[in-house]
Amino acid sequence: MGAYVVRRLVTAIPVLLGISLVLFTVLALAPGDPFGELATNPNVPPEVRANLRKQFGLDDPVAVRYVRWFSSMVRGDWGFSFVSRVNVDTLIRQRLATTIFVLGSAQILALIIAIPVGILSARRPYSLFDQIATTLAFIGFSLPTFFTGLLFILFFSIYLDWLPFIYRADIQASGLQWLWENLKQGVMPITVLGLFQGAQLTRFVRASVLDVIQLDYIRTARSKGLAERKTLVKHVVRNALIPVVTLLAIQVPQIFTGAVVTEQIFRVPGIGSLLISSILSNDTPVIMGITFVFAGLVVIFGLLADLLYGWLDPRISFR
Amino acid sequence: MDERALRHWIARVKDGTLSRRAFVRIMVGAGATAPLAAQLLVAAGIPRRVSAQAKPAFTPSRRGGGGDLKVLWWQGPTILNPHLSIGVKDGDGSRIFYEPLVSFDPEGNYVPVLAAEVPTLQNGGIARDGQSVTWKVKRNVQWHDGKPLTADDFVFTWEYAADSATTAVTVGNYKDIARIEKLDPYTFKVVYKAPNPAWFQTFGGTACVIPKHVFEPFKGEKAREAPANLKPVGTGPYRIVDFKPGDIIRAELNTNYHEANWPYFDRLELKGGGDAVSAARAVIQTGEYDFAWNIQVEDDVLRRMEQGGKGRTDIAPAAGIEHLLCNFSDPWTEVDGERGHAKSAHPFLTDPAVRQALSLLVDRAAIQEQLYGRQGQATANYLNAPGRFRSTNTRWEFSVDKANAVLDQAGWRRGADGIRAKDGKHLKMVYQTSINPVRQKTQAIVKQAATKAGIDMELKSVVASVFFGSDPGNPDTSSKFWADLQMYAFNMTGGPEPQHFMDPFVSWEIATKANSWSGRNNTRWRNDDYDHAWKSAESEMDPVKRAALFIRMNDLLTQHNVIVPITWRSNISAISGKLRNTDICGWDSSFWNIAHWHREA
Repeated sequence: MGAYVVRRLVTAIPVLLGISLVLFTVLALAPGDPFGELATNPNVPPEVRANLRKQFGLDDPVAVRYVRWFSSMVRGDWGFSFVSRVNVDTLIRQRLATTIFVLGSAQILALIIAIPVGILSARRPYSLFDQIATTLAFIGFSLPTFFTGLLFILFFSIYLDWLPFIYRADIQASGLQWLWENLKQGVMPITVLGLFQGAQLTRFVRASVLDVIQLDYIRTARSKGLAERKTLVKHVVRNALIPVVTLLAIQVPQIFTGAVVTEQIFRVPGIGSLLISSILSNDTPVIMGITFVFAGLVVIFGLLADLLYGWLDPRISFR
Repeated sequence: MDERALRHWIARVKDGTLSRRAFVRIMVGAGATAPLAAQLLVAAGIPRRVSAQAKPAFTPSRRGGGGDLKVLWWQGPTILNPHLSIGVKDGDGSRIFYEPLVSFDPEGNYVPVLAAEVPTLQNGGIARDGQSVTWKVKRNVQWHDGKPLTADDFVFTWEYAADSATTAVTVGNYKDIARIEKLDPYTFKVVYKAPNPAWFQTFGGTACVIPKHVFEPFKGEKAREAPANLKPVGTGPYRIVDFKPGDIIRAELNTNYHEANWPYFDRLELKGGGDAVSAARAVIQTGEYDFAWNIQVEDDVLRRMEQGGKGRTDIAPAAGIEHLLCNFSDPWTEVDGERGHAKSAHPFLTDPAVRQALSLLVDRAAIQEQLYGRQGQATANYLNAPGRFRSTNTRWEFSVDKANAVLDQAGWRRGADGIRAKDGKHLKMVYQTSINPVRQKTQAIVKQAATKAGIDMELKSVVASVFFGSDPGNPDTSSKFWADLQMYAFNMTGGPEPQHFMDPFVSWEIATKANSWSGRNNTRWRNDDYDHAWKSAESEMDPVKRAALFIRMNDLLTQHNVIVPITWRSNISAISGKLRNTDICGWDSSFWNIAHWHREA
């Protein structure tokens, strides 16, 4: 297995290199620049824009810019944002905690919903419970997050006035008050995301459990006289959740990059909103920083998922 | 009302044969507004009876005690240095902490902030020849770190911004200065290269003073590395606590603020991100926030929010003009390898009849009613504000029949497909603008009328960051103007001063390949009268003569139908029902009066 891991890590390097090259080229060739707003300001002479472009090296050829970016990246210098002159890693770090909180909680909520509902649905397929659960799941992942988000805001914030709908990352309170405030403002974005992911996960868990529950050895366990609960937990769930676990491992990088749409609606200052605002203002270093982190996480967690699968399922061997 | 008549009335007020009130009434009757009439009197040297400073109606008995002020900017500020700010949002963010010598109120008057008094001809502040201005700095003003404000800081700010290596966005305000002489620690004289009627822009409005002792090591190329760009040290009413670019600014009361008993609030929080509609909702409907900036939302949506809500929409006078521009060059043929070459002539837009027809085909009334509502006014003028510069010689009209008649008369016959043609040239236009729901609807309205007149319009919309971008490689920028018609809004920033607002039509600003299309004149129109008027206005110190010159420039534009003005737009903000003294105006930051904002109990 050690050789397998090393081989995977070694092949990851050209993958990451290729990703960074393609991404950088696309961004460099994309139209627009971070200083476009200066164009509509009559008091700013056009030389200022030209000078800024030169200062940040935006007029150099793409290859030169890429080599410059790559060599500083390798040295650990992720560069700085064109717009705010703040280091890219500082910007990302400022937003990491919020992103992990909101998206991590959403993922946990999704699991809490999906696993029990999926298992129970699969135990009695096509029963009333299953029909209702399936319908709700379909509705859940057909409705886009911006729709459910806006619906929640309209209902809970404006109509009922129970919850604030503008997320504030730094609440000036302590202890229980702080927890309560964070909970009140976090519940809507977390629920929106959690329900959406939960809907997808429910279907997946249900399908996976259904696959296992029909197998012979489950029938054997039941005819052996094993209690239903024990068969379910010890045999069915443990085997059915293997693909689910690997799916989750692959979804973990998503937690770090945020959910762009939900962050925009609720004004959550997460990495997703940083990404979208950098894209809109053509802030190349920030975009490269975030997507590179994402690419790295995907590669690592992909490897982790494979290793986990191999460990959980003794039928798999690494070659 | 011409210059001579104006001078006659002013002279009569001066020697007392005409009362101020009567003068104001005459001006209003002639189409001017009361504040501008007052301004004319001030400029002529007739002293005001009321002090020029914005006196808040509520005088607090102590500093602070107001609690939290929460504001929403749907574009979060990314840098807190007024001279390096890229957009309005950054300028606003900086204005919480930094201050200028004078601010501008909604009527275009100069309000002294860091200046002990506003320089005028009477008090000797402005020299007779208009070439120098002496400023007296207010005493006992401290920077946030405790050091005193002196004339040295102003001299330094000039050096910092005028240095081309700094690439300050405010460099336009400083390049006309020959030198600044420090007369004593609190007085300095700015000497301009030529008489400068826009002297108040030098340290006015968004061009704030920055501390020498903090920024000295960061002049020139190192300007953007200064840590003070993110942790500002200014003289303003609030001190920085925390700043996360694009996300949030947190500030606290400045206990050493130079005005006693102000500011009112203890803490200020500016939250960035999201969109304009939810920002309006948060202020007007739920009252979660106290103020939201630049609510570009359709009026009927705002009206629905206001019913039974906790806030209101504030409509502030500004100078923004949404207008249609006609291309005088040919964007479809290459001359010397350049499309839209200044020497080429547009196949049909150079025909004045076609341009006149276009101006008759824009249904300004419908656009204003349906799309802008309270937020705009239909207008026939490019230059609408401040009032003294607004021309009364122009009229707008919407008439499809008249447009048809004009085109028929000029020889444009309808073809079999209904599109007019003459000498083999068809009236097929590409009409481009940025992506914005209101703009797309405006395009649709104009196209509908144009089709009835036999003009075929192809509508094109480009992402705003590209449309207004300066990438020389991209074909869709507004400065390249590789289309027949384009539409956007131009605004007056940096004070109630139209000189640069009128830039986009002078011949030396024509955008060409040679200057990488960085010139502001994208219509490629040239007119000697206009050029001459612009140059004269640049050094004309007499405000009456100057106003007349700008009116003449505006009239030239509308007579020749170089542009078709559509809507005179106001600045819209959402304000909590209890917030007072915001006095939002179009030619200064929304925060120009932040020191005096307070909440009614």
